[in-house]
Amino acid sequence: MSAAERKTMLLTTPFHSRVEQYCELNDWGLWQGYTTPNSYFDMELEYFAIRSTAGVLDLSPMNKYRILGPDAEAFLNRLVTRDVTKIGVDRVGYAVWCNDGGELMDDGTIFHLAEDDYRLCSYMRADDWLEWNASGFDVTINNESDDIAALAVQGPVSCTILTLIGCEGLNELKPFGIARFDFEGVEMMVSRTGFTGDLGYEVWIDPSKANALWDQLFDKGRDYLIKPIGSHALHVARIEAGFLQANVDFVPAEIAVRPGRTRTPLEMGLDWQVDFNKSLFNGRAALVKQREEGLRYRFVLLDVEGNKPAEHSFIYKNGKQIGIVTSAAWCPTAKSNLAFAQVEMPHGAVGDEFVAEIYYQRELQWTRLMAPCKVIDGPLFNPPRKRQTPAPAH
Amino acid sequence: MTKYDAIVIGAGHNGLISSSYLAKAGKRVLVVDALNQAGGCASTKAFANGFHISDCAQWVHQLDEKIVKELSLEMHGLRLGEAKRTIALQSSGDHLIVDGDSLSGAGISAADKKAYKAFRRQMQVFAKLMLKLYRTRAPKMVDADWGDRMTLLSLGLGLKMMGRRNMRDMMRLVLINIYDVMNEHFEHDGLKAAIALDAITGTNMGPRSPNTVFTYIHRMVGEALGNRGVSQVMGGMGSLGGALLSSAKTQGVEVRLGEAVTRIIKTGDRVMGVELSSGDTLEAIAVVSSVDPTRTYRDLLGYRNIEAGQARRVEQYRTRSGTGKLHLALSGLPSFVGVSPDDHSQRLIIAPCMDAMEAGLNPIKYGELTSQHVFDISIPSIEDPTLAPAGQHVLTALVHYVPHELKTGWDNNESAREQLLQSLLAQLEVYAPGIRELIIASEVRVPEDFEASHGVTGGNWHHGELSIDQALMMRPFPGSTQYTGSVVGLYLCGAGSHPGGSLMGLAGKNAAEEILKQGVLS
Ligand SMILES: Cc1cc2nc3c(=O)[nH]c(=O)nc-3n(C[C@H](O)[C@H](O)[C@H](O)COP(=O)(O)OP(=O)(O)OC[C@H]3O[C@@H](n4cnc5c(N)ncnc54)[C@H](O)[C@@H]3O)c2cc1C
Repeated sequence: MSAAERKTMLLTTPFHSRVEQYCELNDWGLWQGYTTPNSYFDMELEYFAIRSTAGVLDLSPMNKYRILGPDAEAFLNRLVTRDVTKIGVDRVGYAVWCNDGGELMDDGTIFHLAEDDYRLCSYMRADDWLEWNASGFDVTINNESDDIAALAVQGPVSCTILTLIGCEGLNELKPFGIARFDFEGVEMMVSRTGFTGDLGYEVWIDPSKANALWDQLFDKGRDYLIKPIGSHALHVARIEAGFLQANVDFVPAEIAVRPGRTRTPLEMGLDWQVDFNKSLFNGRAALVKQREEGLRYRFVLLDVEGNKPAEHSFIYKNGKQIGIVTSAAWCPTAKSNLAFAQVEMPHGAVGDEFVAEIYYQRELQWTRLMAPCKVIDGPLFNPPRKRQTPAPAH
Repeated sequence: MTKYDAIVIGAGHNGLISSSYLAKAGKRVLVVDALNQAGGCASTKAFANGFHISDCAQWVHQLDEKIVKELSLEMHGLRLGEAKRTIALQSSGDHLIVDGDSLSGAGISAADKKAYKAFRRQMQVFAKLMLKLYRTRAPKMVDADWGDRMTLLSLGLGLKMMGRRNMRDMMRLVLINIYDVMNEHFEHDGLKAAIALDAITGTNMGPRSPNTVFTYIHRMVGEALGNRGVSQVMGGMGSLGGALLSSAKTQGVEVRLGEAVTRIIKTGDRVMGVELSSGDTLEAIAVVSSVDPTRTYRDLLGYRNIEAGQARRVEQYRTRSGTGKLHLALSGLPSFVGVSPDDHSQRLIIAPCMDAMEAGLNPIKYGELTSQHVFDISIPSIEDPTLAPAGQHVLTALVHYVPHELKTGWDNNESAREQLLQSLLAQLEVYAPGIRELIIASEVRVPEDFEASHGVTGGNWHHGELSIDQALMMRPFPGSTQYTGSVVGLYLCGAGSHPGGSLMGLAGKNAAEEILKQGVLS
């Protein structure tokens, strides 16, 4: 097949025929080798679907690894910084992992599917690293990225819509819980997880049922104003919710080339993820050392004055550059201009005030804005329905 | 339960030397070995009826004079034989004799004689500088502390003191291969091969492999340590182990032989002690392993007890060996053509030319037997008649190259062993016609046999290839240099640590000094 015939050299997800049909703007982006919409019809309306009705995101490009065997738990426990034994069966846990240098490699989620049976979802391809980690452990690791189709259904009416397509009793599922339902004769796994900080679910199913799942969701959800959402809308939602993103807010250690560009979890505000009570995990020795010797950077949430997103801004303190913004957005629900930034220590305590250097363009005219900003304790979007069980009905 | 300051795993020469230095400093030390005798690869075994052979290492050429003195090894029974000349056997029968700086026979030219002297002088300068690095822990380049900087400084100074030409040469030579260097310097094929043999001995490399000048300088460090050529140990190599054992006991080292360590016990991020095959567990502040790095980390500690990157490095550490041995019990003295009866006690080598050596390496890369071997032969019973019944003799030979992984497998593969034996004898017969008729007993030893008998991964001479990427500040691998790694209280002291293998003792001594310097013991 010639490049022209193939149209794109990117991979497509199991939902592609539907995604393509809904992607009115034809605004495609790249997600780890897959083509996925940046936005479908209107980025802002997509965002508001997440916050006030339900937004559907095609999650399929996420890397998914099945980890099976008597040592699965021990394997994961050495891999990631948190204590995996605390993730019960049918529960999901957020996790981050490091190399031996304590440098952050990636973050993701661990699904405890059954005894000795886990799924690890990661942003980066991790085949080699997981294989290397397996030496000495009785585990098998299968990359099942292409074997599972996944959609995130996020927002206040997500539970209602999913119940309509057959997830009876889903409202009883606790945050980070896993439930299984029948969907046209195949198992549909639903986890109460997501990247939007709202009530929301992720749905996992055999790719053969991808189209049917999409169709049913949009059919049953039409009256509830369900909308497909692209990565741009998700970007705003996740900043508002305080979630960091690999390869945006930090450089994964595997792909960092220049010395000093990687960060440790402690420097990314992920100390709550690092369980030093575990006697061993990758990076422990280096992180113990860093904890003793002190951090180089601190990861902070900034509330920036005005409404111009502080994208890629330098951060100054008393005229000296002390940091950079990694993600920024005007967040409509929080009604705040938020930014994530890496600042040099000792800066970055809650309440510290800086200046963000923002450039924006109006009709070819660049304007430089020195916007005061302040370190705040986040996240700003944190509605009760995110945690409530049973999930509130609509 | 008694708690030791240090439990040393392995009573090979490095383990015993480490133990002795620790005990000398007043520490409570236990050394444990799986074998029933001390010495590790420095061992003697009974062979056939009334014969004894050094069944692993056969020559001393690297042993540190200073250690011999400090541990009074002579008082404890160590007797080295005479310094031997090397007789490089030529098919013509007119052999090349190498004796220190001087060459004779084989129609060697005056130009080669002169070039040889100059070459040796330069190599001695390099070896002396290298010895500076060998006598201490290898400095870290990043995170170097005060001690490391001093070492680097003295090294830099040493380099400068060698003069501009030498300095430039060393930088150039150390990474290239002995083949090119030999061709730059000499005319005589036999001479080139004789020198190249010392460069490839104990490695899985051929003369054309990069790095073989480095291994040659490693060998030359032996001279800087006080050795002249090679010597045998009277009573067989096991007597070196015996002398070290006796010395260690005098220092107060406790010894348990015939008990394998099955596990290094780790709690939290530190070692607590070891578990023995008997089921006993013993506690110590430090566990000092002279077992090769692969076994230490993979089998005794376990990959799951170290970080993944470290485990990966252990996996990648190259341990394949190309060294085998031939052992013969002979009813009389064999007769090598052109070698006087007296000279049969010298070191006899068969290495006709470098191309043949290189060609001998090729098949083993693919797990096949070669038909062109390189021999390093000793008939120790001439100088030491206790090794064989009166009038009879033993012959041992280091043989290159023998594949570690044979395509058809070595396990229970009698036909491959027989094929190898016949091939070796046929090659020997060219130089010593009639030797077959003298054979009372014979044995070939392939790398995996040494793995089985002496517990060395890959049967590797150095406990892991001694190549630049696995040497000095990178030995055995990053994250485990300077005799320790990320596991608190676990130390390495064997040939797999800096400065590497051969019967030298510096790894054992340096490790003990490093542990003492850290002041972690009671
Ligand atoms: C075939 C061959 C020929 C060689 N010829 C020469 C030579 O001629 N000249 C020379 O200078 N060098 C020679 N060498 C190299 C030299 O023998 C080694 O480099 C050196 O002996 C290594 O000493 P070591 O003390 O570090 O380890 P070793 O001598 O290997 O001692 C390690 C000890 O650990 C013990 N051990 C292993 N596992 C356990 C366990 N789980 N529990 C308890 N104990 C354990 C082993 O039994 C062994 O005694 C040769 C090597 C080989 C393989």
